[in-house]
Amino acid sequence: MKRKKSTTIFIHLFLIISVFLVSFPIIYAFMVSTLNVNEVYSSPPKLQLGDNMINNYREAWQRSNMGKLLFNSSFISIVTAVGKIILSISAAFAFVYFGEFPGKNILFILILITHMLPLPIRIVPTYQLMDNLGWLDTYYALTIPFFASATGVLLFKQFYMTVPESLLEASLIDGITPLRFLWSILIPLSKSNIVALFTIEFIWVWNQYLWPLVTTNSARVRVVQIGLKMLIPSDAQPEWNVIMAALIIGVIPPLLVYLTLQKSLVEGFAMQQDK
Amino acid sequence: MNSKFAKKYRYLAYLLIAPSIIIVTTFLIYPSLQSLYLSFFRSTPFGNRQIYVGIENFQRLLTSPAYWNSLTRSLVFTAITVFISISSALILAVVTNKKIRGAKIYKSLLIWPFAFSFAFAGIIWGVLMHPNVGIMSHYIQLITRFEFNWINSGTAAFILIIIASSWRMLGYNFIFFIAALQNVSPELLEAADIDGASPFTKFWRITFPLISPITFFLLIMNTLQVFFLTFGVVDVLTQGGPARATDIVTYKLFRDAFLSMRTGYASAQSIILFVFVAVITIIQFKYAGEKVFYQ
Repeated sequence: MKRKKSTTIFIHLFLIISVFLVSFPIIYAFMVSTLNVNEVYSSPPKLQLGDNMINNYREAWQRSNMGKLLFNSSFISIVTAVGKIILSISAAFAFVYFGEFPGKNILFILILITHMLPLPIRIVPTYQLMDNLGWLDTYYALTIPFFASATGVLLFKQFYMTVPESLLEASLIDGITPLRFLWSILIPLSKSNIVALFTIEFIWVWNQYLWPLVTTNSARVRVVQIGLKMLIPSDAQPEWNVIMAALIIGVIPPLLVYLTLQKSLVEGFAMQQDK
Repeated sequence: MNSKFAKKYRYLAYLLIAPSIIIVTTFLIYPSLQSLYLSFFRSTPFGNRQIYVGIENFQRLLTSPAYWNSLTRSLVFTAITVFISISSALILAVVTNKKIRGAKIYKSLLIWPFAFSFAFAGIIWGVLMHPNVGIMSHYIQLITRFEFNWINSGTAAFILIIIASSWRMLGYNFIFFIAALQNVSPELLEAADIDGASPFTKFWRITFPLISPITFFLLIMNTLQVFFLTFGVVDVLTQGGPARATDIVTYKLFRDAFLSMRTGYASAQSIILFVFVAVITIIQFKYAGEKVFYQ
């Protein structure tokens, strides 16, 4: 059936306005990052590109020690995402391919329970635990406690249950060992799930705020989110142009990860829907 | 699944599950039980001693107007934000799912707020709506004569954190709806076209029932995320003010735990939050059963 031309125009108009509304804050943030301080505080406020961009970005980079912030955030995001993927794949594999074994259900429930225990529910004791382990202000605190993932275990478990059984049967006849089956057959098949989980977890860890706020203190392990907060003075007029420059730099890595992995992400989600 | 690895490999199954279990028990379950334990104690002013006080912390919390303020504001804030971000994401997903030119570009440009943290979303919207420098607050005032000053006005600050969080959640919800809509068969909609169904009928009778499981899932996930993650917006912008208007439960918990060092009182708040999560989880299992979650 053909759609009326006026309807098509209306749809485009609606979408253009929506895209503008959603993207405007980001465009505006970029515009502010090119102004000088006087322009930022001028009345009425300016909606234009300034010529102070290079200065602002250099200032933002130096003042926040951006190189170190980017390194720290990338490091903990990659390590945590990879850690979660490895642990989830191993556990999901064990739950699907070894039949029934004593304690299977209780172990599965223990992993699922993670969903009921978000950080604020256990923040005081977890902080004390980090203190006792000597992990405060280290990468350990920012990564290891987050390695378990109910999301990941469920994701891979559901996927493995749809893998044709004949695959395992054939492999068993060939006398394959479990780890070899996992490594050379299952993992290559789970590529799009791995990519989807990596993207979600990378962005999630990159954007974590409360935990680094309470467990880190020194510039050595400081992450982008906290570094940016520290650029906002509580007692003086903030230099919003410099802050916005830092913000734009700080969102590029998650944005890049997202853009490069976008396709498989949508596929990974779509596959989830089927089941 | 009928075929499986031989029994002699059973040790391997335990070995593969062990790392997850060790992490879960050490960093999630044990500290949560510890939260419960601590909630029955009061710390001395210097925090060096714990005194058993029974349920006193809970009594004080539940009779404290400040805590009720915090709790009500969090719930109202969460409900409004979840409603706005899910309904607008759904409308946009349905429209971009039509066969139109440039649908891909529209989709990409609607998803990208997803890459921003709540704290970043807070900073951007805080400046956009800033009483002195913000372009949006300037035009709002010019057109409506209403002064949107989130630095002085509690209502304005409350609206601001709703807008910033809704904007951030929009991209997240949009991704899920796009994926769900890909599974709605075009033949079904074409058949409805032939029967002369209007777009609204098609949506409510065909599309919506088919994507209602994902809508329900998003409702649950959004409620938890918004409830817990808006901390970032509040911490960078309002620190709970003005006049406690944005003093959401997670922010109050953070202040009591790490600024006033009242660990017992803070732990009691943790337990109340757990009750909230437990209620949401029960609703979820009752109506949806086991579903994959995404953070």
